[in-house]
Amino acid sequence: MRLYVLGMALLLGACAGQQQPARDDSLYQALGGKPGISRIVEGMLLNVARDERIVAHFRNVNIELLRRQLIDRFCVEAGGPCTYTGDDMAEAHKGQNISRSEFNALVEDLIKAMEAQGVPVPAQNRLLARLAAQRGEVIDK
Amino acid sequence: MRKALLLCSLALCWQPSVHASEGRLLATGGASSIDGAAGGGITPWAVLSGYGEEGEWGATAFATRVDLPDYRLDVAGMAASYGNRIEFSYARQRFDLGSLVHKLGLPEDSLSQDVFGVKARLFGDLIYDQLPQVALGLAYKRQKDFLIPSLVGAQRDEDVEGYLTASRLFMGAAFGYNLLINGGVRYSRANELGLLGFGGDRRDSRSLLKEGSVAVLFNPRWALGVEYREKPDNLSFAGESDWADVFLGYFPNKHLAIVLAYARLGEIATLDNQNGTYLSVQGSF
Repeated sequence: MRLYVLGMALLLGACAGQQQPARDDSLYQALGGKPGISRIVEGMLLNVARDERIVAHFRNVNIELLRRQLIDRFCVEAGGPCTYTGDDMAEAHKGQNISRSEFNALVEDLIKAMEAQGVPVPAQNRLLARLAAQRGEVIDK
Repeated sequence: MRKALLLCSLALCWQPSVHASEGRLLATGGASSIDGAAGGGITPWAVLSGYGEEGEWGATAFATRVDLPDYRLDVAGMAASYGNRIEFSYARQRFDLGSLVHKLGLPEDSLSQDVFGVKARLFGDLIYDQLPQVALGLAYKRQKDFLIPSLVGAQRDEDVEGYLTASRLFMGAAFGYNLLINGGVRYSRANELGLLGFGGDRRDSRSLLKEGSVAVLFNPRWALGVEYREKPDNLSFAGESDWADVFLGYFPNKHLAIVLAYARLGEIATLDNQNGTYLSVQGSF
């Protein structure tokens, strides 16, 4: 019995910690390369614009700069040939005091954009897993 | 053009932010288990009912029917949770004895009980951070038609049971699709959920019972999985089988969840092969 509990805890714990850096560009390709990632980011930002839960956070943001930085960021996360020159995640969200709910709202806007672009679910999950691992650097800053 | 539209819509839509009460992601509130707690069908998950995150309330109401060859189980209930931390639930179960009533000339044609539950998330998160979400639950159960249970050896008509359960969503773990794993232990002496009372002539102490489920999410809205729940075997008049099911869950939005399952409940009160359909509908607010 005790072994079962321990086994379950180890199983859950072990898999939870896995986050490999992207070594290949298969995710980049699956997202449609730079043009595909651009459409995903633009779709997400359009969804954010209609999302009353979080749009206030973008009030004083240079949207064009944000768009370019997000494309680079997603491209790098996906293993694509890009360079991200923006702030690190913690710095970029400093003072925003983003809540867990607001983080999830952005995730939903991203999923909606990927679904609208017809991104296969496994590719969506790979990108989401990489971004989800960075939640700690984004919320409550 | 697209960029212009983008800038324009961001500019137009700036409004004061509204206090959201659905801060968690779709399906992360689970469905309603037969004991009323958020979960799958026959087992609870470590998640809390509804979609409330930190500082938010979530609430659900549900109805479930399990159609078996000789019996029928109807359950209705509700749950409320706060801050993705604590959940309170209530369920009323009514077990229709069906053909057994005439076969044995039983004095009553159904067995009912109330289940009052509380579940607290101890630590961890279903999706984020390093640790899986772990929750501790307690249920106070009150059997309401105790004549038949007392005749077959049940020792009491009310009891408290506890469970410890862990849940984690492994992103992309099932050939790219998200995999949900739940596992837990229950400390209980409830006979057939408590519908046949608590404790028995064969064994009157609580047993440590394993339960768990595994589900694959084809997208955020559809899940296909299996569940397993160990049960005690306290009464000598009949065997009590462990339960299992295969389920399909549909979460079209944050207000509705539908679960359809094929349940293998085995022997219940002397009648074997009680395998049938399980249908549950949950509304979230």
